[in-house]
Amino acid sequence: MQLTGAQIVCESLLQEGVDTIFGIPGGAILPLYQTLPEYPGLKHILVRHEQGAAHAADGYSRATGKPGICWATSGPGATNLVTGITTAAMDSIPMVVITGQVKRSAIGSDAFQETDITGITLHVTKHNYLVMDAADVAATIKEAFHVATTGRPGPVLVDIPKDVQEEMAEFEYPTELTLQGYKPTNEGNASMVRKAAKLINGAKRPVVLAGHGVILSHAYDELISLAEKAQTPVIATLLGISSFPEDHFLYAGWPGMHGMAYSSLAIDESDLLIAIGMRFDDRITGDISKFAPNAKVVHIDIDPSEIGKTIEADVPIVGDAKHVLRQLIPLIEETSRVDWIKRVETLKSEHPLIGVNDTDKLIPQFVINELYKATNGEAIVVTGVGQHQMWAAQYYRFKEPRTLVSSGGSGAMGFEVPAALGAQVGRPDKMVWSICGDGGFQMTMCELATLAENKLPVKLAIINNGFLGMVRQWQESFYQKSYVATEYSANPDFVKLAEAFGLLGVRVSERNEVAAGIAKAMDFDGPALIDFIVEQEENVYPFIPSGKSVADIMEGPRHEKVRR
Amino acid sequence: MTLTVNTSHRIVTALVEDKPGVLARISGMFRRRGFNIASLVVGQCELPNKSRMTFVVEGDDKTVEQVTKHLYKLLEVIKVNDISEQNIVERELALIRVKTNPQTRSEIMQIVDIFRAHIVDVANDVTIVEVTGNEHKVNSLQTLLEPFGILEVMRTGTIAMNRGLQK
Repeated sequence: MQLTGAQIVCESLLQEGVDTIFGIPGGAILPLYQTLPEYPGLKHILVRHEQGAAHAADGYSRATGKPGICWATSGPGATNLVTGITTAAMDSIPMVVITGQVKRSAIGSDAFQETDITGITLHVTKHNYLVMDAADVAATIKEAFHVATTGRPGPVLVDIPKDVQEEMAEFEYPTELTLQGYKPTNEGNASMVRKAAKLINGAKRPVVLAGHGVILSHAYDELISLAEKAQTPVIATLLGISSFPEDHFLYAGWPGMHGMAYSSLAIDESDLLIAIGMRFDDRITGDISKFAPNAKVVHIDIDPSEIGKTIEADVPIVGDAKHVLRQLIPLIEETSRVDWIKRVETLKSEHPLIGVNDTDKLIPQFVINELYKATNGEAIVVTGVGQHQMWAAQYYRFKEPRTLVSSGGSGAMGFEVPAALGAQVGRPDKMVWSICGDGGFQMTMCELATLAENKLPVKLAIINNGFLGMVRQWQESFYQKSYVATEYSANPDFVKLAEAFGLLGVRVSERNEVAAGIAKAMDFDGPALIDFIVEQEENVYPFIPSGKSVADIMEGPRHEKVRR
Repeated sequence: MTLTVNTSHRIVTALVEDKPGVLARISGMFRRRGFNIASLVVGQCELPNKSRMTFVVEGDDKTVEQVTKHLYKLLEVIKVNDISEQNIVERELALIRVKTNPQTRSEIMQIVDIFRAHIVDVANDVTIVEVTGNEHKVNSLQTLLEPFGILEVMRTGTIAMNRGLQK
C-alpha cells in the first residue's frame, strides 16, 4: 500500500495503540496535521505552548503507564519541547516525540525555523532519529516505541523533514526489529539473586528502598509480597511514592532532604538496604560517606550504569524489578522481625511531621491534609516543584499506584498544569488535583485554556505564598534572609484569571474556609481553581541541607506557633 | 618538554554501527558524563556497516566500568571491551615535522633508525618522520627529536587489539 510519510506516521501510531497526541501545528509539521482528519482514532489535544505538550504527554504516561505522545513543528516548536523531554528523561518516562523538520534539501542551511533538534536533544533523549526517507518511517517509529518502553524507559524523538512527510512510500508495518546494540536485561542473574536472598534472610534491620522502577515495571504486588514475607519496612523514594500503599503497616515514609525524619533514621540504623528501581539520588543520600553507614546494599536496577554509580552494591542485580522480585520472593524465608518493626514504629512516633493543627494560621500542610481527607486519598495528585511539592508528598497519603505525578530528577517548575492535563486525558475516570506553586503555575498557566477547551475537569490548588518558596527558604537558611528576587509582589488575581479562562475560581485565605472551598471545586462540573493564600514564610521540614547527613537534620519547629 | 605515559590510561575498544551521528553521540556522552579521553580513534573494520573504535580513557577501574556501561546504553554500540589488562598490541602512528640542517641530518637519521621509524619527506631545512608504535615509543622519539626543533606533530591516537585468538 502506497502512503505518504505523514499517513505512515499515523498508521504506525495506531499500530502502537496510540489514542492521544498533544501538540501544536506549524509549517514543517503541516503535512502530518492535514492527514489527521483521516485518522479519527488519533485524538489531538491542541495545547497552548509546546512545553505543555511535552509535560502533558509525560503526565499522561505517568498516570496510565502507556507511552505519552507529543509533536511539534521545527525550530522553536521543537526547542520548546526540550524542557519537557528533559523532565521525562530524568524520570525515565516513556515518550515518543515527533518533530517536523525543514525539507531535506534545506537541512544545514539555516533555513527558516530550522534547528538541529536531534543534536540539541542528544543527551536528553534515550535515543533520537532523523528520518531521511519515507520508506524508513514505519520501521523508525516501531523502533522508537520499542526503545522508549523497554529497558529503562525514556523519551525518544523522531525528526521528520516536511518533504519526507509528503513523500510516497510502500507501507507495511514491520513485525521485527533489528537492534543489535540494544538488549535490555530483564531477568536477574540467578546467583546474584541467591546472594541477595541470603543477605535478606540473614539481615536484622533490613529496609526496602522502593523507587520509580517499581511503578514503571508494575511490580506493586511483588513488592507487597516481598515486604510481607521478609517483614521489611518499605521506604519509598519521591518518585517511588504510591508504589506501596501508605496505609500498609510496613510503609515507612520517604527519606532524604525533605523526607520524613523517621525514614532517614531507619536507613541510618539499617543493616541492609534492598534498593529496587532507584538510583541513590543526591537528595536521598546527602553525604555519601555518612549514608547508611552500617548497611550492606542489594541494588536491583534495569540500568547497569546506575549500579555502582554513587553507592557500591554488595549484591548488584541488573534486571527488571518485577522479574527480579519474582525470582527473589521464593527464596525468602518467612520471618518476623518484631524488634526492628517496633523500632521503626518508635522512630515514627518520636519524629512525626509537624502537626497541622498546632496553629490558627492557614499553613500549606493543612491545605494538603484537607485535600487528602476530601478526596479520601484517591485522587491523582500532580505537583510542580518546590515547597508545595514536598508538602504534597508529605501530607497526602497515596494508596494506589501512579497517583502521584511529580517532576523529580529534573525539578521542572511549570510541570503541574500541563502534566495534570495529560493525566486527566489518560485517566478520565479519576479526579485529578494539580497542586501548584504560584511561581510554577505562572510558567505554564496558558494551558488553562486547553483544560477549558477540552472540558477537562482538573482541579487546581495554588499554594500561594507570594514567593518562590523553596528558593526563599534556602535564602532564609543559608543567606541570612536576603530575599533576592524571590518575592512575587504583583501576582495576578488568580480567581479572576481562572474565570477569564473559563474555569471556576475560588479564593481561600482562612483555615475555616478550606473544606468548603475544596468541596465547591470538587462539586463543580469542569475545571476549577482554588487560590489558597497561605502563610508566606512557612518552611519545609524536615530539612537535611545539601551534602549533609541525617545527623544534621532540622526537624523544624514542630510544636511552635507559626510565625508571621 | 617531557612526555610521560600516564599509568591510569586504560584502553577500551568498541564495535559500533556505522551510522550518521554515532561519533557525536559517543564523544558527546564522554563530555556529558565528564569522562576524560586521551584519544579516540574510529575506523572501518572487517564487518560491513560496522566500525571499531579505540578509546584511551583516563581513570580508574570504577571510571572504566562506568564508561563501559554508558557506552552500552547507546543503541549503536554493539560490543565494548576493556582490554587494558590483557596482552595487547597497541599502535599509534605519528608524523613529526622536524627542523633539519646538513649538520643534524645524519643524527636525526640515526635516531629514526633506532626507533624503526621512517623519513617520509626531506626538504632543505625540514624532515618529516613517520613513526609507528605504542604511545610510549612515540613519546620517546618525540622527546629525542625535540632539541632539533619540532615544527609540527600529528598523532592518530592509539588503536589496540588483543593478541592470539580473539576472545
